[in-house]
Amino acid sequence: MTSTPEPAVRTVPLPPSPASGGDGGRSQGGTVRPWPLVRHSLALAGRSLTRTRRNPGVLLDALILPVIFLVLFVYLFGGAVAGSTREYLQYLFPGILVLTTVLAGQISTGLSIVTDMKKGVFDRFRSMPVPRAALLIGSVLADAIRYVIAVVVLFGVGYLLGFRVETDLGSALAAAALAIGFGFSLSWLTVLLAVLLRDETMVSTVGFLLPFPLVFGTSMAAPVETMPGWLRAWAEVNPVSHAIEASQGLLLGGPAAGAAGMTLLWGGIFLAVFGTAAVTAYRRLV
Amino acid sequence: MRPAIQVEGLVKTFGTTTALAGIDLRARPGTVLGVLGPNGAGKTTAIRILATMLRPDAGTVFVDGLDVVRDPVAVRRAIGLTGQYATVDENLTGTENLVLFGRLFDLPRAEARSRAARLLDRFGLREAAGRPAGTYSGGMRRRLDLAASLVGAPRILFLDEPTTGLDPGKREELWQTIRGLADEGTTVLLTTQYLEEADALADEISVIDHGRVIAHDTPAGLKQQVGGQTVVVRPRDPAQAPTAAGVVERAVGHRVEAVRGVVTAPVADEHAFADIVRALEHADVPVTELALRLPSLDEAFFTLTGHPAAAVATTSGRSHDLDA
Ligand SMILES: Nc1ncnc2c1ncn2[C@@H]1O[C@H](COP(=O)(O)OP(=O)(O)O)[C@@H](O)[C@H]1O
Ligand SMILES: [Mg+2]
Repeated sequence: MTSTPEPAVRTVPLPPSPASGGDGGRSQGGTVRPWPLVRHSLALAGRSLTRTRRNPGVLLDALILPVIFLVLFVYLFGGAVAGSTREYLQYLFPGILVLTTVLAGQISTGLSIVTDMKKGVFDRFRSMPVPRAALLIGSVLADAIRYVIAVVVLFGVGYLLGFRVETDLGSALAAAALAIGFGFSLSWLTVLLAVLLRDETMVSTVGFLLPFPLVFGTSMAAPVETMPGWLRAWAEVNPVSHAIEASQGLLLGGPAAGAAGMTLLWGGIFLAVFGTAAVTAYRRLV
Repeated sequence: MRPAIQVEGLVKTFGTTTALAGIDLRARPGTVLGVLGPNGAGKTTAIRILATMLRPDAGTVFVDGLDVVRDPVAVRRAIGLTGQYATVDENLTGTENLVLFGRLFDLPRAEARSRAARLLDRFGLREAAGRPAGTYSGGMRRRLDLAASLVGAPRILFLDEPTTGLDPGKREELWQTIRGLADEGTTVLLTTQYLEEADALADEISVIDHGRVIAHDTPAGLKQQVGGQTVVVRPRDPAQAPTAAGVVERAVGHRVEAVRGVVTAPVADEHAFADIVRALEHADVPVTELALRLPSLDEAFFTLTGHPAAAVATTSGRSHDLDA
């Protein structure tokens, strides 16, 4: 029974595996190297990017959303709100930039983590010496590509429709970077939801609904002065208002530093709170 | 020698379901421990706890001398796992999968690449190395899975139902590979619902049912434990079957009949077998098969648990001979 010749599978000796163990600190052939969290997160982000490259269709929403929002708002409300679509586009664009980066991560990042958690490959990662946080960070990092694509498309379509940056290239890049950073921090909320809910439908529903009060309870589409009192109160405390204000300042001119500082602060808070909560919840899941 | 795997009183419950009701497992270094049990017996739960993916509720679990609760990271460096379902990324190619796992084991890039190439070669996947794993056949994916669990050169390998879903030829092939790994000194814990598989691969078998170990022994010992050997005689000329039946009948002392040219009868001891061999020679009945057969593990499982393994193991309503 043990002596039948081996078909197809050839025996090439592996590096010897020592029968005794317990040194525990190192894997075969590889020493323990510093920064495991960073290296493993990057390696896993590379994996997610390869997957995106092979299924570029998953980026479609990042391509389409900003276009829909621009066209919808400008031509549907432009005439009524600002009297001229050209003028309204100029007012609206900075807000749409923030809307785009917030939405670009919200749904898909959480969704891809739920899908991954249910797949066997995450099981394998979890049986390997990989920090748990790296599994989440890798997915979130890889989704940065979505923000970049969405923002590039947004600027392209905006320019075609007649939007013009009123400041300079440096400020415009700063606006894009700030919006991307803000969306990235806020996406940890959907990561937390993904880890807690572990259900595609729930995560995509919550991830879709959540941004609405955040993004629309702001001066994005109309000045706060035009809003009823309760909405104005919300808009004034809403962190996304700061991001939009900063975006308006950086793209159209006017004061931006204060709002940008508040945006960075809130981004840091989101990252710290939601990020820590997500990783803790994921570790507890074991 | 210190056991490579030592589990004592392991308990795990999920809500009201008791997946493991206090099991003990033990494997010496370099041996294959078969954990045999039907669907829902608790095999996967046990493997997940041993592989540090699930925390035990009670009991102690040592893998490679390390406590899985207190020292999970060190355990993860010593083990390899092939889960019950595919644990490679379908979107990545064979090479990309193995290189990624190598990087996660902290191998330098060049070393990760060469180890990936060596493993793909070894598992007959060289031609498919550049294709996404999603395009692989079931057997190829299983082999890639096994290769992936060897990237870290583990001292202890967990295989959860490694051949489920493979056709018999591919199964034999994988068995050879698993044996080869054990011969190289890797300790293997494999779960299976196939009695034949445990018999073919394991040095020792723990039979589990409803979260309990109901027997532990070598394959031969286990078969012995449930007793009842059978003599099998197949005359070269089927026409001589009744003559052979007569010979066996006189030796065992109870009524025996030939079925389709083969005579089978339970025997009390080995002396009866020797008597039969001599009597057949004397009666000039040439045979093509003459064997003393131990009960199959199927029969063993039935004796041990009171229900047939296969009837539980499959959800399809395959009927089973309860009188076996
Ligand atoms: N995550 C879980 N939640 C609830 N019940 C579970 C979970 N995992 C396993 N079980 C239950 O525990 C028992 C043992 O399951 P499992 O270990 O998968 O068995 P096996 O691998 O032997 O088929 C089954 O009754 C199963 O339904
Ligand atoms: Mg199972």
